[in-house]
Amino acid sequence: MGKYYLNYLDELEAESIYILREVWAQFKNPVILFSGGKDSIVVTRLAQKAFYPLKVPFPLMHVDTGHNFPETIAFRDKLVKKLNTQLIVASVQESINQGRVLEEKGKNATRNSLQITTLLDVLEEKRIDCAIGGGRRDEEKSRAKERIFSHRDIFGQWDPKNQRPELWHLYNGAYQEGEHFRSFPISNWTELDIWNYIKREKIEIPSLYYAHKREVLWRNNSWIPFSKFLKIDNGEKVVSKKVRFRTLGDITITGGIESECDDINKIIQEVAAMRNTERGNRSDDKRSETAMEDRKKQGYF
Amino acid sequence: MIETNQLFRFTTAGSVDDGKSTLIGRLLYDSKSIFEDQLQAIEKTSSNKGFNGIDLALFTDGLKDEREQGITIDVAYRYFTTPKRKFIIADTPGHIQYTRNMVTGASTANAALILVDARHGVVEQTKRHSFIASLLNIPHIIVCINKMDLVDFDEKIYDELCNQFKEFSSKLLVQDIRFIPISALLGDNVVNRSEKMNWYQGAPLLHTLETMYIGSDTNRVDARFPVQNVLRPQRGEFMEYRGYTGKIESGVFRKGDEILVMPSGLTSKIKSIDMFEEALDIAIAPMSVALTLEDDIDVGRGDMIVRSNNKPEAVKEIVVMLCWLGNTPLNLKTRFNLQHTSNKQLAVIKEIIYKIDINTLERVEGDQELKMNDIAKVKISVARPIMVDTYRKNRNTGSIILVDTNSNETVAAGMIT
Ligand SMILES: Nc1nc2c(ncn2[C@@H]2O[C@H](COP(=O)(O)OP(=O)(O)OP(=O)(O)O)[C@@H](O)[C@H]2O)c(=O)[nH]1
Ligand SMILES: [Mg+2]
Repeated sequence: MGKYYLNYLDELEAESIYILREVWAQFKNPVILFSGGKDSIVVTRLAQKAFYPLKVPFPLMHVDTGHNFPETIAFRDKLVKKLNTQLIVASVQESINQGRVLEEKGKNATRNSLQITTLLDVLEEKRIDCAIGGGRRDEEKSRAKERIFSHRDIFGQWDPKNQRPELWHLYNGAYQEGEHFRSFPISNWTELDIWNYIKREKIEIPSLYYAHKREVLWRNNSWIPFSKFLKIDNGEKVVSKKVRFRTLGDITITGGIESECDDINKIIQEVAAMRNTERGNRSDDKRSETAMEDRKKQGYF
Repeated sequence: MIETNQLFRFTTAGSVDDGKSTLIGRLLYDSKSIFEDQLQAIEKTSSNKGFNGIDLALFTDGLKDEREQGITIDVAYRYFTTPKRKFIIADTPGHIQYTRNMVTGASTANAALILVDARHGVVEQTKRHSFIASLLNIPHIIVCINKMDLVDFDEKIYDELCNQFKEFSSKLLVQDIRFIPISALLGDNVVNRSEKMNWYQGAPLLHTLETMYIGSDTNRVDARFPVQNVLRPQRGEFMEYRGYTGKIESGVFRKGDEILVMPSGLTSKIKSIDMFEEALDIAIAPMSVALTLEDDIDVGRGDMIVRSNNKPEAVKEIVVMLCWLGNTPLNLKTRFNLQHTSNKQLAVIKEIIYKIDINTLERVEGDQELKMNDIAKVKISVARPIMVDTYRKNRNTGSIILVDTNSNETVAAGMIT
């Protein structure tokens, strides 16, 4: 190595690894929030690198809405097996069955905000003191405001107007009994950084990110995948399209884009030329101007 | 020499309403870093608020309260790339109540853009932020004289304000100060050269940011490796493996280097520098690696591995410039957890040596009260030795925070002198 500086991907990687190692040192019982999406996959990869030759010292926790892409679940199970780590499934369906939450009604019903209760219940039950998330500051305007070690009160709430100062890379993970933390190791990565990293590290991702033929219907300006959970209106037509997904979430609200990109290089090119943000396709964020902030204040990831 | 693939972090600073967020919005907008759905959302919010055109500040002021009050409350981070560089922006609040959020955003910056409203000149908050920027040793400061459109793009006013700032800043330790006359609102000298200020010969802001040399901002001399964790897999081929994880805070480590572990004083040699499945011959700051040593010696979190011929001081008493960030004033009886690198030790503030008057930058002696936003030189006692360099020499091994052991709040940030 002749050069005396790091390129940006190396620098971002070094920062994230440092953060993960701080989480391991400062908390008793951390988990990685694993959705099966590219961001949580990258976080998991970084954890692998941070602790090698130890296996990843955090369980993966999946907040399962029950409305999954089958591909995501298959991918998740395969990865858990490969890493030989523990999987914690926090099930929204169980929360519904137990009467902890009420299912939304109507055509635009989603289980998105129900996840908050499920998540907080399981964090409390398992005494998890830090949930590591794949949130990135470039994703959304309230995420742009979040600390890397982000405090949650005993109700799991985020108080954006009263965040702890966070200087240099001295992270303060101190909490009182019952409170917890979220930590965001890839805060400073952009969508394109994620893709460049996936390419560089040859990281396996769910096939859903690549263009594939799928039954979809046009709703809220994007191609919503057809599934048994979908309530279809009279006017709506299920068609077959070549699509891919920029983010993965609940199958009922994750919109795809028409695309021919079937390999990583094409995806990177497409993402670089994109004129809309990745969350532009998610109806959970479109509900109101402050939809994400409101959910986050309540304890959403 | 400019590296196209290097990260460059900068922060905004200056008094409330001087146009920091508007400037960042303008920078993003004119450099075509705004996505269409973001633009549409902002157009909608702007027109709901009765704004004429788009309110550029909304690109960073993303919280509900910020939008309602029209001010920035907490730092927003934004990212953009030009063919020359990759930028991380921290847009910070100007309001005095939120100074601690400004400090948060500024602490990691390579450069600070200090905004001055051309109509109001250098005010107390400009001074406070400039002083904080100099304390934080931000290597480059760009003073943007903003709202030039409201003073007829007058060169004389610009010159006067530059002089006003220089007079104040002559008392600060800053390596590199530049001045640019801008209009964040209209875009003059932000990305594009102003047509209304032909008298200004320098480069617009973006070009300045793209070409600023930052190679010498990192300490390449003093090898410092604070240990974060110990990796002991105790299985299979790694039965005997014992790796010490950490980030190289400064300098260079090579395989085979003679090292010293502090504070124990034990010595050994670097057996390997591991980065996942790869073994490296050399590692530089700010890489995160794992080191293994030739000898089985006692090393743990909070220890620091350094090269035998260049070591920091191991001390139980430090003198720091302290920014008090807590809502409640300092109580000299309070015990703190002092965090320094990966080291956490109990600490107390022994003495307030002097406070700084922000307006005159003069020392005020005898005042023993420290309240929010005060800056003072203090003496701190730590329960066990910490391994320090001066902040001027080394940002990473010269900085501390104080965490109140009762409230768990981060109440102060300090720079070791
Ligand atoms: N005429 C004119 N108005 C400006 C200019 N820059 C900003 N403004 C206006 O000044 C007001 C404050 O701008 P902001 O960008 O919110 O100021 P700020 O420095 O970010 O304020 P805080 O973050 O709350 O400290 C807004 O109404 C802007 O439209 C400029 O160059 N010319
Ligand atoms: Mg602002």
